[in-house]
Amino acid sequence: MPPRHWEDFIPGSVFESEPRRVTREEIVEFAAAYDPQPMHLDEEAARASMLGALAASGWHSCCLLMRLLSDGFIAQSHFMGAPGIEEVRWLKPLRPGESIRARATVLEMRPSRSRPELGFVKFLFELVDSSGACLMTLRVSPMFARRAAADASRDEVSG
Amino acid sequence: MRFFEDIAVGDQAEIGRHTFTAEEIKAFATRFDPQPFHLDEAAAAHSLFGRLCASGWHTACLWMRLAVEHRRREDAERRARGEPVAALGISPGFRDLRWLNPVYVGDTVTYATEVLELRPSASRPDWGIMTARNTGTNQRGEPVLSFISSVFVERRKGQR
Repeated sequence: MPPRHWEDFIPGSVFESEPRRVTREEIVEFAAAYDPQPMHLDEEAARASMLGALAASGWHSCCLLMRLLSDGFIAQSHFMGAPGIEEVRWLKPLRPGESIRARATVLEMRPSRSRPELGFVKFLFELVDSSGACLMTLRVSPMFARRAAADASRDEVSG
Repeated sequence: MRFFEDIAVGDQAEIGRHTFTAEEIKAFATRFDPQPFHLDEAAAAHSLFGRLCASGWHTACLWMRLAVEHRRREDAERRARGEPVAALGISPGFRDLRWLNPVYVGDTVTYATEVLELRPSASRPDWGIMTARNTGTNQRGEPVLSFISSVFVERRKGQR
């Protein structure tokens, strides 16, 4: 399948990533590097915390979602990044051993006014566990190259 | 951590600074955000950014680490003075995160936080919710990161 352009992200479309199992080792390793709170590092401290048991840093969930999306539809599209994130909600803890998937739902698309060669696509991204429960949501509007612009640049190269 | 009742809207703190090296930018991107402009100098030179730059998630994760370390130092000082230390709970999320300028190799980002709003939790009477604006600024004074976070903070006993 050829890489997707902005025009291909029709509102209502849903993409799902492959599943990925998250180990205790990587949860603790991430927390040690970027979020060294005892509830993400130590089982006993986690039991005494609001999490109730060891769980991944919410930032780790964000990074895992990014990776799942990168390997999936971002790699198969003319993705041009995002200037920011509208909202992240951490709904349920991500526990060691859980198998997660990323789900992307296209909410809306709009052309860029200042840069006609690209457009924005507003997504709802969800991190979903093996039971289908949503662990986190992320709302963001990344940019993608438009087909007309890509065709024009290809013409320049070939011409 | 200070107790919920001891925090005021407008309270500000510089939480720390971090210098981003090429090695760590590439290592983070390899694991979580494998875009060519975060992985390879030559590819970055041909990208919109012009030079190797950090994943936005990397820039944000350093805020988290420095916030934890800052709180740990404050808690140690509080204990040394014989003062009680409040527990910090989980975060329900964040909003309005903006990557305002790229973070290039060798850039030093100074992170800061400012309290925007304080409200008691309706569902958890032992806790309040603190909303804060968190920022990162590079060595040239240019903003690189801004977002609004919320987190549960323990309330003083007897004042709930």
